[in-house]
Amino acid sequence: MSILIDQDTTFIIQGITGREAVNLTRECLDYGSKIVGGVTPGRKGREVHGVPVFDTVEQVVEHNGGVAPDGSVVTVPPAGTRDAVFEALHAGIKTIVIVTERIPRRDVAMMVELADAKGARIIGPNCLGVIVPGIAKMGGIGGPARNAAVAYQPGAVGVMSRSGGMTTEISSTLTAAGLGVSTAVSIGGDAIIGSTYAELMPYFEADEQTQAIVIYTEPGGRMEAQLAQWVKEHNSRLPIIAFMAGKFMDDVEMQGMSFGHAGTIVEGKEDSATEKIARLQEAGIPVVQRIDEIPDLVKAKLAERSPA
Amino acid sequence: MRFFEFEAREIVKRAGIPVTDYGFTTDPSEAATIAARIGGPTVIKSQVLAGGRMKAGGVKFADTPEQAESYARDILEVEIGGHMPRGVLVDPKAEVEQEYYAGVVWDGTAKKPLMLFSDMGGIDIEQVAEEHPDHVGRGHFSTLEPFSDFQAKQVIAAAGVTGKALQRATPVLARLARLFLDNDMTLAEINPLAQLKDGSFVALDAHMEMENEGMPRQQGLIKALGIGADEGTREDHTPTAFEEAVKAIDAADHRGVIQGKDTGFSGNIGLVIGAGGGSLTLTDAVRQQGGRPANYSEIGGNPSVAKACGLAKQVLQKDGVEKIAVMMSIVSNTRVDIVARGVIKACLELGKDPGETIAIFRIPGAWEEEGFKILDQYGIEYCDRSVSLWEAAGRAVTKIQGVTA
Repeated sequence: MSILIDQDTTFIIQGITGREAVNLTRECLDYGSKIVGGVTPGRKGREVHGVPVFDTVEQVVEHNGGVAPDGSVVTVPPAGTRDAVFEALHAGIKTIVIVTERIPRRDVAMMVELADAKGARIIGPNCLGVIVPGIAKMGGIGGPARNAAVAYQPGAVGVMSRSGGMTTEISSTLTAAGLGVSTAVSIGGDAIIGSTYAELMPYFEADEQTQAIVIYTEPGGRMEAQLAQWVKEHNSRLPIIAFMAGKFMDDVEMQGMSFGHAGTIVEGKEDSATEKIARLQEAGIPVVQRIDEIPDLVKAKLAERSPA
Repeated sequence: MRFFEFEAREIVKRAGIPVTDYGFTTDPSEAATIAARIGGPTVIKSQVLAGGRMKAGGVKFADTPEQAESYARDILEVEIGGHMPRGVLVDPKAEVEQEYYAGVVWDGTAKKPLMLFSDMGGIDIEQVAEEHPDHVGRGHFSTLEPFSDFQAKQVIAAAGVTGKALQRATPVLARLARLFLDNDMTLAEINPLAQLKDGSFVALDAHMEMENEGMPRQQGLIKALGIGADEGTREDHTPTAFEEAVKAIDAADHRGVIQGKDTGFSGNIGLVIGAGGGSLTLTDAVRQQGGRPANYSEIGGNPSVAKACGLAKQVLQKDGVEKIAVMMSIVSNTRVDIVARGVIKACLELGKDPGETIAIFRIPGAWEEEGFKILDQYGIEYCDRSVSLWEAAGRAVTKIQGVTA
């Protein structure tokens, strides 16, 4: 199986007529995803790669026989993102991938709070979405279908990453090693995101296909501490392996600078790479120095857990 | 975006939080005028975006307007943390009964704003939280529901404060919570929040930071404070010539994004790398294998040939850089062939042999066949995804510095 999306998942693209969104629509359709409509205010009646465009989410629902699609990929500019996500939530959409970056934290917090109240889940912002290898993808993750097919083959490992590009790098390494990927989630690089590692763990826990988890982490924020806490409190069947990038940011000369993603701003001592590695290791999560060490470690962990 | 103390005080004042009858000036003689208007002892405070003002001699106590003028003149000459002061703040010396702390920050785990209050003000709140956790009250609040004062009251009561102080402090923290959200702050802090001899509460110092992403919709406040667009976000960092040059190249073309930083880097390995996570990973991999990068960079979002070329040229023109390593995590949007053409063009325009100058090219992904063909033509060493980021970084270190891990 998979988490968050599967072969039956229907979704829409908000902001579908934008340049990046048009590419994303093509990529997702080619990969086998079911896109039932797009929204760009004022563009009702057009089509993007055969997908009908509407002015409002309500119109898409109506077109869809009064049934809300399962998900939405939101690609509208930062100033309009909160409104677009509220519109999707009010229409009853339950899984929302926010691609847009540079959204103020207040807006992200508002969207997350409303999603919680409506029993919906947000992935992102500033992310590439979700991919279930060979089945469907929701977002730009993995790129064009033929590229995604090279990097992502179905398998046993769940991947969560604060970097969209590194989601593919890690998944490709797992694929090349014959392990493959169950579901890969680009969770986003911002200071506040809809779904953290710990919040997605129960989904992977419930997914029979997933046998191990690999996470990509960075300095900034308390998300890794939250995962370490989750692992201590739950007797998870899933071994977790972490990779930490940005250790150079701990150097004195780099203090106060942000690299990579907005969320890498180190606001307290718990946010540093060194501190995070210590916390993860203390919770029994090994932190590897190199991406190419991951497959052997996953294999070793799987061998430990399954009786010979 | 950071604010000077005099601006932060103006922000709390606009939110309806009482402040002292202070004045701001860049002119020592005006400092005397302000002190005379205040009447009585004053505090002269350097207005600088740096901590440790007291230690550096940036805060002085004056008894008379003449003294205020003389201290203002001294303070205006004192550089603190590498910055000259913007001016001085002349503040009445308050008759303080007790100092409190009031602050609001984001809690990324709870995904909500967090209020903090303590009856041990005037010192660093992290220190108080560690040493006297029972003296710190905390409470999250909703970004959707209208803020209600009882939420602030609960936090103050949780810090062990009761009586008249609780009643007087409640509206202050409530207003601070509202201004935090209304103004897109990432930090809104009043420390100390002083209870004066007459029982009233007044903000004696304030510290505000606005999220850069919120600035476009906060132009009203930014303009009202008299802050010009040329001040940008006031990062605690003066861009280097390299950083300025890369920024200009990025701004000249809307396709793709490039970034370059060299503050804190002093090696000879030129890095033309990407994207966000890939750059962090590669910079670590180079350093952990004994390499000394000359810079940090990021390529993303499918930049044009001109942009990739511009970045590579800037890196190659840095002192001590003879060769560059062009490396990225697997790309799906950025095109391999376009980056290849860009970096080759950079070498040629600088009269360098691309085969000699590009130590290693490791960008797998979209349009890689086309890219590898071009690289072949120029005899450039390249690799596909079967060579890990770590191995590619190791090859760059060996070829450029002649050392192995």
